[in-house]
Amino acid sequence: MSSKETILEALKANSPAPVERGPLGFTPMTFSDPLAEFRERAVKAAAARCILIEEEDDKASADTEISGNRVTSSDDRAPEGFATEQPGLRPENRVTNPGDRTPEEDKSSSIRERIASIVRRTYPEAKRIASNLPEAASCATFNPDELEDPRDLAGTDVAIVRGAFGVVENGAVWIPRAFRHKAMLFIPEALVILLDRKQIVCNMHEAYVREDFDTYDFGSFIAGPSKTADIEQALVIGAHGARDVTVILL
Amino acid sequence: MSTHSKAAEKFIADKERTAWHNQALWFVREKRDRMARSVPEWEALREAAARTKIHTVTHLAHYLEMFERNATANGIHVHWAKDAQEHNEIVYGILKEHGVRHLVKSKSMLAEECGLSPYLEERGIEAVESDLGERIMQLMHRPPSHIVLPAIHVKRQEVGELFEREIGTEHGNSDPTYLTHAAREHLRDKFLHADAAMTGVNFAVASSGAFVVCTNEGNADMGTSFPKLHIAIMGLEKVIPDYDALAIYHRLLARSATGQHSTTYTTHYKRPVEGQEMHIVIVDNGRSRILGNPVHRNMLKCLRCGACMNTCPVYRRSGGYSYSYFIPGPLGINLGMLADPKQYSGNVSACSLCMSCSNVCPAKIDLGEQIYSWRQELDSLGLANPVKKGIVKVLNTALRSPGMFHFCIKAGRLGEKIAPHALLYCGANAWGRDRELPEFTSRTFEQIWKEELSSSAPAGQGKSEESGK
Repeated sequence: MSSKETILEALKANSPAPVERGPLGFTPMTFSDPLAEFRERAVKAAAARCILIEEEDDKASADTEISGNRVTSSDDRAPEGFATEQPGLRPENRVTNPGDRTPEEDKSSSIRERIASIVRRTYPEAKRIASNLPEAASCATFNPDELEDPRDLAGTDVAIVRGAFGVVENGAVWIPRAFRHKAMLFIPEALVILLDRKQIVCNMHEAYVREDFDTYDFGSFIAGPSKTADIEQALVIGAHGARDVTVILL
Repeated sequence: MSTHSKAAEKFIADKERTAWHNQALWFVREKRDRMARSVPEWEALREAAARTKIHTVTHLAHYLEMFERNATANGIHVHWAKDAQEHNEIVYGILKEHGVRHLVKSKSMLAEECGLSPYLEERGIEAVESDLGERIMQLMHRPPSHIVLPAIHVKRQEVGELFEREIGTEHGNSDPTYLTHAAREHLRDKFLHADAAMTGVNFAVASSGAFVVCTNEGNADMGTSFPKLHIAIMGLEKVIPDYDALAIYHRLLARSATGQHSTTYTTHYKRPVEGQEMHIVIVDNGRSRILGNPVHRNMLKCLRCGACMNTCPVYRRSGGYSYSYFIPGPLGINLGMLADPKQYSGNVSACSLCMSCSNVCPAKIDLGEQIYSWRQELDSLGLANPVKKGIVKVLNTALRSPGMFHFCIKAGRLGEKIAPHALLYCGANAWGRDRELPEFTSRTFEQIWKEELSSSAPAGQGKSEESGK
């Protein structure tokens, strides 16, 4: 008899009378302002940074007033929708052909610009910025999916990924794999998560009943940067995963 | 003296360090309390967890078969191990087939239980611990002293000195941030160049064939991101029915274990990604036998959160190394007795029966009550302490009749007055080792009652009143 059979037989022989599960027995906690509460938990409990994308407009216009000519670039013509490899920050150029662009293109280019602006502001020293997302086209310096070996992701300063939804009760974001290498979520020094602010649930019960939840092959609920308290219970940010996490709420 | 109290003597000899250790664990208990208070439905959540666990435990074969079916369909290779030896052989077999020399592993008490690391080392495979606390203990060549906080008993200066020796950190620098970041660099290399990764399993979801690994550090995640081979190992009681159950347990786990709403990473593995090979080993090693034990089968509900040891006053003040089983505290006392009562009965005395462990257990396991039950079973196992048995016999004689009882009281009063101090506090007097003996009063309560209280008792009571009110 195989070990599997031995074990299953033993379990069946030793099992007490079956007990049914019954209903949940309570109504899980909800929040009156999920977006505000999510932001608070993400910051206080998870130690992440949480930015509403429109907040960047205020910051950017403040900069324009100060520097006079700060403009963001838009690169609709980047090859395959991605920015090409750049050694440093890209020069600022404005290319506008208002007649050529639809309102949707305007909106998405504005999102790209704002994301790029946030990333540059938050991580001014960053040189290697990985993303396969069109929304990150204005700041990504390479497409990580083009790498054969995930080890080549070592030395990535910032990775930009999409979160599927956020969970208020713990400030975590569910990120199913939509990029080639699992390492994208863990090896970069900083992780930027783009999250649609309408996709926020209150608790884990709501999270797990979402229709599309089980469609992943690999995914993680990530609550802020990597941390440990293994040395004298002193909380240290930046154990093995990202040292810094920014959630940009779209 | 029991093995626990003998071992604890070493620990408590350093009063300051004992107080520090106690504070550290109590701090974690307090964080758990804050979490519990922040969730209005906390007690209902525990009840739901307990009930779902009982349901699962009474349907283990069913859910394990479901898990195997779904995991296999997802492309994961599922193995079954009856015991620790078979587990080690299966794991070694997979590693050998892939020519693995360097394994990086995340925390797994199951691996400790099976003695996996020494087994692999003997066969030329290096198994590097990636959890910071576990890595510290590995470099110290000592086991973990807590199932979640492996190095809770180690001071920062000691880590500083260790890292200076082993990984070349600055002399005299014991800042936790500096040391943690040094470990980050040191382990990064191991992650990138390991031939294979091993993880434990927090939850195996039967309905989906996926399994979940929870960490704060991202060490399991880093470990499994680079090598082609990922082996996960699980005790068979880790299987859960579905995602609804997972929601319940997830909400309780980190809050109970470390006082966080969630671990930083709750990583779900369902299908191998591009060229990766995934294996999972389901281990029995006595669990099916525990299932057949009506008094102790509740132990299969355990989430391995460690809340019981954080609250246990004995664990807090004696540390993990005072226990002879590899898991300490209330959890370890019970699991040790289930594994081998003769070898581990020395631990059942490590309990004040305060029941705090039962109170904090997220799965509502009756840990304290089970320890009490083991104590009652000791004599039938031939393991009762002969000195205590002797004392009970003496008490039996002393309390058998009122005459004998009163004689003993008088003798006790006399003995207390005239016996020399050295005789009163001799080795046989275990109570007197750290305590002053209580003084006998001049009158027993019975005498006080007869002489004073019965005559001044309220109407309707006492011998002078008529009965029948």
